[in-house]
Amino acid sequence: MNKPLNQAPRKKAIQVKNLVTHYDGRKILNGVSLEVNQGEIMVIMGGSGSGKSTLLRYLLGLQKPTSGHIELLGKDITKMTEHDLHHMMRNIGVSFQGGALFGSMTVAENIQLPLKEHTSLDEKTMQIMSQMKLEVVNLAGFENLMPSQLSGGMVKRAALARAIILDPRLLFFDEPSAGLDPVVSAELDELILRLRDAMNMTIVVVTHELDSAFKIADRITILDRGEILMCGTVDEVRNSDNQRIYNLLHRQPRQDSVDVDEYLHRLTGQSLS
Amino acid sequence: MKAKIEAIGRRTVNAIEEIGYGLMMFYEAIYWLLLGQFKKQPVNLSLIAAQTVQIGVAASLIVIVLCFSVGMMLAIQGLETLKPYGAQAQVVTGIALSVTREFAALITGIIVAGRSGSAIAARIGTMKESQEIDALQVIGINPVRYLAAPALVAMVISMPILTLFGILMGMFGASIYTLYELGMPIGIYMSRSFDVISMYDLLQGLSKSIVFAILIVVISVINGFQVKGGAEGVGLATTRSVVISISAIVIADMIFTFFITRI
Repeated sequence: MNKPLNQAPRKKAIQVKNLVTHYDGRKILNGVSLEVNQGEIMVIMGGSGSGKSTLLRYLLGLQKPTSGHIELLGKDITKMTEHDLHHMMRNIGVSFQGGALFGSMTVAENIQLPLKEHTSLDEKTMQIMSQMKLEVVNLAGFENLMPSQLSGGMVKRAALARAIILDPRLLFFDEPSAGLDPVVSAELDELILRLRDAMNMTIVVVTHELDSAFKIADRITILDRGEILMCGTVDEVRNSDNQRIYNLLHRQPRQDSVDVDEYLHRLTGQSLS
Repeated sequence: MKAKIEAIGRRTVNAIEEIGYGLMMFYEAIYWLLLGQFKKQPVNLSLIAAQTVQIGVAASLIVIVLCFSVGMMLAIQGLETLKPYGAQAQVVTGIALSVTREFAALITGIIVAGRSGSAIAARIGTMKESQEIDALQVIGINPVRYLAAPALVAMVISMPILTLFGILMGMFGASIYTLYELGMPIGIYMSRSFDVISMYDLLQGLSKSIVFAILIVVISVINGFQVKGGAEGVGLATTRSVVISISAIVIADMIFTFFITRI
């Protein structure tokens, strides 16, 4: 029997299977498995050191994992050649935490760089396309400025314009609200929602800003110490009875117990016993 | 004692790893230069032009000034040394050969390592820290193709040209002092110098400059890509790239000279 259309299983834009990663001999991600549906906004949250930015680096193909698989749009990027990865990048847009605009280029040149790399469009067409994206992010008129002349919010919006210039199917944000005031942060949240609605992009946002996460997320994945604690809707996460999730959502400091002997040994290098 | 030996061993392994990394970087840059256009990912010619201006044109004045000074210094020392033997006129031959075969390439290499090599390391290191290298990769632009290959071409073009300037200015600097000390006209001095220099001498100097160019770029680029730890890391990498570049230039010069004099 066919399932009704509104219950048909959604295609997976991203699939992560048993991802294990190391850095300097230390295990960072420990068997992380995750799925993101096409057209949804997945927010990845966690405290500092939880591994969320590390997970993002592996999703973007910037590093090869110790083991596990990462599929983007049905293709395993851990097995791709550099040539295939180059073509896959046409479908991906990334807005980094600090913007990562190229300091030696103007805003317009930054935005047009992916067009120059992946298309054979003429200069005029590229200018029009970059102008369109600047209008989307409310940065029209600033195309000839250098990144050093922009405010923090403007840098983030210019970086977003560059990320969406090729109308990518996957869009990634790394801490989009970092360093922004609440008003600008709220504007950026609205922009993310509009991008999903207008262009049916699949969006992954790595953040620890609770307000933003609850506002924009279709689903939330919570990482802690390199493992997934939970993946669910906003309500499911809010109603979770997991203590670590509760502490994260309610900004409760950690109540780690202290072994007195161990503490004194760390301070003095001498054992009491 | 055991810890010291372990430290020496670890440093040796790290040095070998870095040499291997440098060789791979060089290979990858050549790969993109030769095959990039067939993969529809060519090395950008405008980047090469911009780097050539930064590395070559902008360094020409200091190369001219310092090679002029070195030439004059060699003349001062040479004339003083040959005076007791009454052979001061031979200073022309000595300076022409030493500047052409050795000093021009060496001084130019040291200047360019300090000036342009450090700039390459600092630029790439800063880009690494601000995630611009990551941004290049997610756009689909290979960082070696975009950053290292243009710098390599620019340096290989610029260094021999700068070395030629250095040779001419070195001899000119010596001729100024020789005019003052011996009354030898500059035209006569330069004419005698050109008579002494053979194509073999010129090729020796210019081929060294190409080797130095490759060393400077590879060392600066790998130090830039390996930056960690923010602004301090960038500073350390810049200093390290200059020190290692200059050391590599001097050692390579010694090895090159040893073998070429046996041909």
